[in-house]
Amino acid sequence: MKILVAVKRVVDYNVKVRVKTDNTAVDTANVKMSMNPFDEIAIEEAVRLREKGVATEIIAVSCGVTQCTETLRTAMAIGADRAILVETSEELQPLAVAKLLKALVDKEQPGLIILGKQAIDDDCNQTGQMLAALADLPQVAFASKVDIADGKATVSREIDGGSETLSVTLPAVVTADLRLNEPRYVTLPNIMKAKKKSLEVFKPEDLGVDVSPRIKTLKVCEPPKRSAGVKVPDVATLVAKLKTEAKVI
Amino acid sequence: MTTLVIAEHDNASLKPATLNTVTAALQCGGDVHVLVAGHNAGPAAAAAAQISGVAKVLHIDAESLAHGIAENLTAQIVALATGYSHLLFPATASGKNVAPRVAAKLDVGQLSDVTKVLSADTFERPIYAGNAIATVQSLDAIKLLTVRTTGFDAAALGGSAAMESLAAQTVPGNTSYLGSEIAKNDRPELTAAKVIVSGGRALGSQEKFNALMTPLADKLGAAIGASRAAVDAGYAANDLQVGQTGKIVAPQLYIAVGISGAIQHLAGMKDSKVIVAINKDPEAPIFSVADYGLEADLFVAVPELVAAL
Repeated sequence: MKILVAVKRVVDYNVKVRVKTDNTAVDTANVKMSMNPFDEIAIEEAVRLREKGVATEIIAVSCGVTQCTETLRTAMAIGADRAILVETSEELQPLAVAKLLKALVDKEQPGLIILGKQAIDDDCNQTGQMLAALADLPQVAFASKVDIADGKATVSREIDGGSETLSVTLPAVVTADLRLNEPRYVTLPNIMKAKKKSLEVFKPEDLGVDVSPRIKTLKVCEPPKRSAGVKVPDVATLVAKLKTEAKVI
Repeated sequence: MTTLVIAEHDNASLKPATLNTVTAALQCGGDVHVLVAGHNAGPAAAAAAQISGVAKVLHIDAESLAHGIAENLTAQIVALATGYSHLLFPATASGKNVAPRVAAKLDVGQLSDVTKVLSADTFERPIYAGNAIATVQSLDAIKLLTVRTTGFDAAALGGSAAMESLAAQTVPGNTSYLGSEIAKNDRPELTAAKVIVSGGRALGSQEKFNALMTPLADKLGAAIGASRAAVDAGYAANDLQVGQTGKIVAPQLYIAVGISGAIQHLAGMKDSKVIVAINKDPEAPIFSVADYGLEADLFVAVPELVAAL
């Protein structure tokens, strides 16, 4: 069984982002970029499934600018066998990415598609579910445990107040939540090996996909600042303030 | 112009998130309809009919809709969608699961986690874990949104909407529901609680987390939350996590105990009305957003606080 995993290049999660002074976007120039953390979990899960003998080949896919090749090399250093870049400098919104991935699913016919549940830049949480809809496949979003057997995936997913378990027929789309696994560290020998693995490049036109945006960003602003309040010397003062000043207890 | 709100419910009752979503729907302009799709969901549909401002409740009842499976719900919503200018889902685990599937089937873009309605097609939403706020305009004929419930007040009750029962669409049937584990407790739900007491890694162990936080929560009738560090360390259950990747909360009072205040945690609670921080590190970032900061050893301060309340 082939597994296709989608990965996104985003501003590193440790970077404190700044809004551009002209309020058009977040400043991403000269900022450290990394693989979206949820996508790292997705790749790790695919590698573990191959190590268990469930999967035979892992294909990492990224859509975006040329530099996404770095993200794909990281995916191959974690363990993906080969990679595909859909290269464009256009702004890609989740629906467009889902359409590009759908075209690649048609081409590659994977038995399982794993994505991170959400990218930490636009925080959309859409692409996996959209891909499942376009490819007419069952979906399990926010997965915390995946078992594959007899052409089915049994997946636990996180829901408000707990978790639930679904069984879906393969092929299916799974999106990875934080607790699905802890991704391994990438080792130097694996980074060297990843450089020799195959990386194919397509353009959206090659896949016959119209990627024009459906949502226009009018402006991007800093959030309203919450100012620090006062320090209280002891518990008695705190309780008094909460009762008489804030009136919340 | 009519908006369809997809209700969040457990068949027997309507989840409060539905009420906040109705408020957002009313701000979009036009009539508001609510869809209750479930199994034996009559009580939830009846509750939806009592929301002020709702003109009509659509009720679809079928066994396949008992557990909110995305494919099955999507089939119902897509069949109704063409009559509507807006489709609104609460940005809950369920709404986030289903909304994008509906959007892709309708070939429209989705606006996630909307916090403000500026006009019928223009909205505000946080990006980068709340470190920036984007003003976005939908260019599609149908505007499809998930609504961050803490951004909108709950709609009032006291309405009496018309009720319409519809036949269910057939569903693909390649997903089956095996079961769920819901943490049982008497506490208010995190996202709906008026008071939240939240513990961090400084608590040191699961035993200490429970020993300190439970009496405080009991005293205040509060929900218990936790930072991601506390959850990852195994001190608290997953579903207690407050933050960008966990629950987004905005209670009247948020008491952060031994939480340093990582960006991702602040993104999940900074809209709380009053924030109290108890931490022994004077440099902890949590103090920069706290209305009242108490620099103290939490193992002394929390029991003292319980006694003083």
